[in-house]
Amino acid sequence: MLLIKNGRVLDPASKTDAALDILLDGERISKTGANLSANGAEVFDAKGLIVAPGFIDLHCHLREPGQEMSETIETGTQSAARGGFTAVCCMPNTQPVNDNASVTRSIVERAAAAGAVRVWPIGAASMGSKGEALAEISAMKGAGIVAVSDDGKPVATARLMRQVMDYCTPLGLPVIDHCEDPSLFAGGVMREGPQSLKLGLQGIPAQSESICVGRDVEVALLTGARLHIAHMSTFGSLEYVRFAKRTKLRVTCEVTPHHFTLTDEDVRYDSHYKMNPPLASRSDRDALIAGLADGSVDAIATDHAPHHAASKDVEFDRAPFGIIGFETALALGLSELVHPGKLSLMRLVELFTAGPARVLGMERKIAAGEPADLTVFSTGHEWTYRAAESPSKSRNTPFDGRAFRGAPMATIVAGRIVFRR
Amino acid sequence: MRVVEKRQLLSAEEIGRTLSRLAHEIVEKSGGAKDLALIGVRRRGVPLSERLAKQIRGFAHADVPVGTLDITLYRDDLSTIGQQPVVQSTQIDFPVDNRELVIVDDVLYTGRTIRAAMNGLFDLGRPRRIQLCVLIDRGHRELPVEASFIGRSVQTSDTEIVEVRLQEIDGEERVVLVDRVP
Amino acid sequence: MLQRLSHLLGTETLSSEQIAFILDQAKPFQEFQRHPLKKLATLRGKTVALAFFESSTRTRISFSTAAARLGADTMALQAESSSLKKGESLIDTVRTLEAMRPDGIVIRHASSGAPEFVARRLEIPVINAGDGTHEHPTQALLDALTIRDRKGKLEGWNVTILGDILHSRVARSNIHLLSKFGVRITLCGPAMWVPRELEKLAANVRVVHRIDEALDGADVVMVLRVQTERIHEPALAPDEYIAGYQLTPARLRLARPDALVLHPGPIVRGLEIDSAVADGPQSGVLEQVTNGLAIRMALLYHLIGGAAADAPHPAKDRSNASD
Repeated sequence: MLLIKNGRVLDPASKTDAALDILLDGERISKTGANLSANGAEVFDAKGLIVAPGFIDLHCHLREPGQEMSETIETGTQSAARGGFTAVCCMPNTQPVNDNASVTRSIVERAAAAGAVRVWPIGAASMGSKGEALAEISAMKGAGIVAVSDDGKPVATARLMRQVMDYCTPLGLPVIDHCEDPSLFAGGVMREGPQSLKLGLQGIPAQSESICVGRDVEVALLTGARLHIAHMSTFGSLEYVRFAKRTKLRVTCEVTPHHFTLTDEDVRYDSHYKMNPPLASRSDRDALIAGLADGSVDAIATDHAPHHAASKDVEFDRAPFGIIGFETALALGLSELVHPGKLSLMRLVELFTAGPARVLGMERKIAAGEPADLTVFSTGHEWTYRAAESPSKSRNTPFDGRAFRGAPMATIVAGRIVFRR
Repeated sequence: MRVVEKRQLLSAEEIGRTLSRLAHEIVEKSGGAKDLALIGVRRRGVPLSERLAKQIRGFAHADVPVGTLDITLYRDDLSTIGQQPVVQSTQIDFPVDNRELVIVDDVLYTGRTIRAAMNGLFDLGRPRRIQLCVLIDRGHRELPVEASFIGRSVQTSDTEIVEVRLQEIDGEERVVLVDRVP
Repeated sequence: MLQRLSHLLGTETLSSEQIAFILDQAKPFQEFQRHPLKKLATLRGKTVALAFFESSTRTRISFSTAAARLGADTMALQAESSSLKKGESLIDTVRTLEAMRPDGIVIRHASSGAPEFVARRLEIPVINAGDGTHEHPTQALLDALTIRDRKGKLEGWNVTILGDILHSRVARSNIHLLSKFGVRITLCGPAMWVPRELEKLAANVRVVHRIDEALDGADVVMVLRVQTERIHEPALAPDEYIAGYQLTPARLRLARPDALVLHPGPIVRGLEIDSAVADGPQSGVLEQVTNGLAIRMALLYHLIGGAAADAPHPAKDRSNASD
């Protein structure tokens, strides 16, 4: 038994913001209330700290199977725990691609053996994510996937998207799309704009993303399926999502911390600023923040994309896309959104908990009987992020050395403390 | 580190008389003004060479060509100093082959400047003869270089500096011996 | 005295004083090209690494001759024979070169930002001989020198740049340099190669898509090379380009009567420029080449000459050295 005492509980699902104690028994929450006590329970003093439902990351890459030099399920989940995440959804672009039940099972088993937090795999939409034949979706569902995606690429055609959506709806699986138009993207390495012109780097116009979001929303109109837009980065895409929500479609979206923090003006020739979708314009960033505040955006997701150092330490155009992000997500949310007053703390917690849960068709809340997953964090703790201290195998982050105010202090999964600062 | 004036070596009037004497010596020892050309070493050798040419025009009624030579690229100490010195132009508008050249400089000291000047001249052609004319010879040669035409020889120590100040460059006209004091 | 440059990566980051200094220092080296004996000992004992990861004949020969005339040795790496083809990374290639202790490196590379990438990792001066579509600073410097010599000054002219600006590092370097001297720059070419956003690159830049508008009142016309075959993009038929944008004698007459015509080379006669214009009296193309040598000698002298950065300043006991 674990008793979390003296913390300030923030539970967006029940709109609770109160000084409450929480008793955990085994893998479930046993009860909540003021001034609890329990004989024989380990006590965790959360004085001065926020106690929230366990954070969920809808989008990450754990690289296992096949790319273990950049990350493994073990090292990735340890990094996730340090970031306050109790559950992570890993994308299928592994080697081999997670497009069948046996790969799904191998991920689930590895996570059970060595994972520090819960791992909920996302299966591929098409075989090999090649955009031709449907993947073995229902078999994968049996093995434990929570959604489908061809992440790394868009679902290849509107026709395929329609088939995937129709197939997934009775299975209760949302379809997650990495939205991009290949002909506009072609050869691009950063956002097209004054900065790409100055640097002489091939640009990708914002419309590459929004054209594809528009397409997906239209197909969602056709099918009524659950659609989730991965790592949304532009105002144009957000407007399509707003339209879809107004039309009562079950369309949701996520934004990454780097997209609400950085812009294309931050790109010089450092590949730690190279990711897909690329860092967008200032007006896009500001629009995303407005969307995070007004509820148009449903979740914050990290798109944690590890690449071992040698692969990133090359000329900008040759570097792979992606940065790591578990351990800076909450800190950036606090420094960029809550501390400057753009978002309430409750809303930030919702974006890490109830929001992502809703996308997956589940709930995340603090109540008796719920899974004992909690994220305990401080809004005032001053610290400096050092990539070298991370359990992740990769160091590809633009935030190395950055000072923050606010950090995850403890992560509790299934009643066990898996991280403590 | 400050600079303290010790004594005057030449007054304005003495500079004038010295140059007049040197101009006559040059014409005499060069077998007349035919094929003669003066090469002023930047910076102060330049006005000196122009004044000598003017003198020669006056008494020998001959137009002796004057060229200016920047020796920066021929210095032997470039690889020992950090920031490279600014390069000035060399302007020698006449062919150097078979000429009687007289290099003109203000002070002859270690001889390295003159070695560099000769290297520069040999890049341009093959003079018949090169002679050297200086206003002051202060000794302390580090290379086997000698001047045929010397304004005045002066004994100096290593910490002393001979400063030639000319109207065209410094706005005054005198030669002084100064000391560097810590 | 000018702040010592440690690298020459682009014109965007140079001040107008630094640019003027480089142009002034090129003058003695222009004069030097007329000497019968073109060999100095100024950089004797120094080695310049020429790392050309993208093939180039003219720029490579220009740098190599500049180094040789200063008395330096060169070590040359060429893309065709390079181990880069065998999968060696840029870092490793450059570190291998560095282990042979050159005193400086001149680098041309197909990736924008590669010289900066190299400069961050090496202790020796890096000179950018062209990186991707980003900058080609020595070209812009020699263009500026040619303009200054032919037209008497650099400031205040109307300069038109014609061609595929979007993919041109020569254009970018020229835009950054010229706008620091109050030059009014007009960019002209087919719309997909001259997006309006280019107006934001520097002060006093305008984009027009019709050549007659672009040439009206121009004091200098810079014609760029054109690649009609493109990767990732639809190609443009050469005849289309010629019809809309070739610099012909008739079109040149729309500019000022004494307008200077420049081209970075190599010229494709009959495509971007008519032979009559390329060879005509207004063309400064051959002077550009000579000036290129002078600019590169001045840069090698100042950047690679001398002792290490922490050596003493001149005048140790050179009390009577010619100053």
